[in-house]
Amino acid sequence: MINVTIDGIKASVPDGSTILQAAKDVGISIPSLCYHPDQSVKANCRVCVCEVEGNRLLQAACSQPVYEGMVIKTRTPKVIEARKTILELILSHHPQDCLNCIRNENCELQSLAAEYFVRSNPFELKVRGLPKDLSTPSLFRDPDKCVLCRRCIEACTVVQTVNALGLEGRGSHAMVVPSLGLDLIDSPCIMCGQCIHACPVGAIGEVEDIDKLLAAIADPETIVVTQIAPAVRLALSEEIGMDTGALPMEVFVAGLKQIGFDHVLHTNFTADLTILEEGNELLKRLTSGGTLPMFTSCSPGWINFCETFYPDLLDNLSTCKSPQQMFGSLVKTYWADKMGIAPKNIFSVSIMPCVAKKYEAARPEMTASGYRDVDIVLTTREIGRLFRMSGLDFTKLPPQPFSPWMGEYTGAAVIFGATGGVMEAALRTVYEVVMEETLEDVNFTIARGFEGIKEAAVDLKGTVVKVAIAHGLSHARKLMDQVRAGESPYHFIEIMACPGGCVGGGGQPITKANFKRIERLDAIYIEDEAMPIRKSHENAEVKKIYEDFLHEPLGHKSHELLHTHYHAKHKRFL
Amino acid sequence: MNYQEILAQYADKPGGMIEAFHAIQEKLNYLPQEVIIEAARVFDKPVAQAFGVATFYSMFSTQPRGKYVIRICESAPCHVAGAAEVVAALEQELGISMGESTADGLFTLEFTECVGQCQATPVITINGAPYLDVTPARVAGIIMACK
Repeated sequence: MINVTIDGIKASVPDGSTILQAAKDVGISIPSLCYHPDQSVKANCRVCVCEVEGNRLLQAACSQPVYEGMVIKTRTPKVIEARKTILELILSHHPQDCLNCIRNENCELQSLAAEYFVRSNPFELKVRGLPKDLSTPSLFRDPDKCVLCRRCIEACTVVQTVNALGLEGRGSHAMVVPSLGLDLIDSPCIMCGQCIHACPVGAIGEVEDIDKLLAAIADPETIVVTQIAPAVRLALSEEIGMDTGALPMEVFVAGLKQIGFDHVLHTNFTADLTILEEGNELLKRLTSGGTLPMFTSCSPGWINFCETFYPDLLDNLSTCKSPQQMFGSLVKTYWADKMGIAPKNIFSVSIMPCVAKKYEAARPEMTASGYRDVDIVLTTREIGRLFRMSGLDFTKLPPQPFSPWMGEYTGAAVIFGATGGVMEAALRTVYEVVMEETLEDVNFTIARGFEGIKEAAVDLKGTVVKVAIAHGLSHARKLMDQVRAGESPYHFIEIMACPGGCVGGGGQPITKANFKRIERLDAIYIEDEAMPIRKSHENAEVKKIYEDFLHEPLGHKSHELLHTHYHAKHKRFL
Repeated sequence: MNYQEILAQYADKPGGMIEAFHAIQEKLNYLPQEVIIEAARVFDKPVAQAFGVATFYSMFSTQPRGKYVIRICESAPCHVAGAAEVVAALEQELGISMGESTADGLFTLEFTECVGQCQATPVITINGAPYLDVTPARVAGIIMACK
């Protein structure tokens, strides 16, 4: 331990602490902008400067390690003046359009400007006037707003190993750009949206589709039907001022009805259905010499990654569409028929923790129903905006049920939102199918938690099935390289593109650190635990759809509507 | 020697990408996209990083340039000595602005940081060779000598 004095407070802090960490330990929060708790130290914004006795120059608290006897002052007039000047300099290159910005009221620079009461700026405003990048259906970039903190670059290169973003130029000419300075769509970007969470300002955001929803609601002919992904509810609570997980599902449904959705259904229904299809696909591959290991296919960022970086392993991907797209093709066929609604009148909306889902819904092959299966995808953040606009008090709203046929779900579907959840859900079902006996303890806790790679072995009637789970694509890459080298010991691998799985998806409430993702994971297992049914194959509506419509897993209808194929992206460069 | 062969020559050298870029630019006057893409492959780096290297150093250009690259020092000593007037004279003589190239592919105008010849400011360089104590009046003659 090292003894320091911070603003007159004597403290003993761990060796290797920075001033920023030491100050936090004693309850003093030093402002920062380029600092990110899960990333390497960048020390490029200088907002965190402090005075250190014996040093003529101010020190950056995020990078300066403490030493024995160090006397630190975090808020002298000199420090405050320096921080304010730094903010003014950053703001002199930043478009002054906070009111129109997607990150208004959720922006680190805006908060700092407010905290340091920047009222006027002595420096002339010089905005570069760079064009926005609107090339993808998932993300936009607004490079004028970039403060060059480089957190997005680290999210893209270190966390995800996608390397779509990098720096161009140096010094005052430096810019964050997609590879070669091209549009994002021409870069290796897989549209996971982790850069959105990393960005402290509004330089990267999701492409919004709220206006399309409002237009559909306004049209009396159109039946607006929505599906809700497993990870949305618990995180949406954060968007409307509640604790993670606090918004009850039926109140969420009631809120959507208030906004004007005609029917609220659940992606969890098709998550359960996915387990039936994917579980049987795994068994078929295991028994008939199919390509192994089989990879899950629920995460569209992961699918883009595989198609971009591992096109030689596409046969390993489960042919199951993601739950979103299964839902999309069923809502305009099976459900439309059950409800007596013409599919052409259905506007299919999906509420997702994800921005890659916007791209997935727009894939040309996702039209199995004869129409575009999912018309629009709204992120958790966009629904948060709609709810805040609606003026609803969610503590007073009476609960509402899901509409019939595709609204029922089990605990197994709930955990799809967590890394390891699809694997655990699959094991619950595969175990019972193969062993023909009841699984008493459904908790495969070995599949849970935030470790980058988890593995397990399950004995199924003498066949040991080895499984692995990875979240965050830097971890996925390790498993993929093993497969490519022919050295993978596994039969089944679950990959989620985003850290934590869908709870940390690119469309979730802006997530400043991994501890928030872990909090959401905990909320997921609480929800699973509370479900009366926790095995996908016991979902009554899933049984019904097989009786009335699909007839059997992997059957003719399933192949037509629930399965897909993948295409190598053939990117010009990586 | 084409750029693939040049890259191969430096492939095993630590930091070889920068040297390879110099050698390629010597031939092509700039670093085309396909060179950066191929360099990333040869040195096993993401293209975004190779592009970062190619744009970080002001000696490299990712845009086509003229046969003669004229660079004007924009550091303080040259600035004080009247670099702005030299810039104006060069722009007028060549009919282009700083950062542009002439239509005949002969000349490019760029800024540079200090080239270490502060004893005789303002300084310009043409394809790396320094010209000292440049005045607006000398500009036409210097250009003519190139042609």
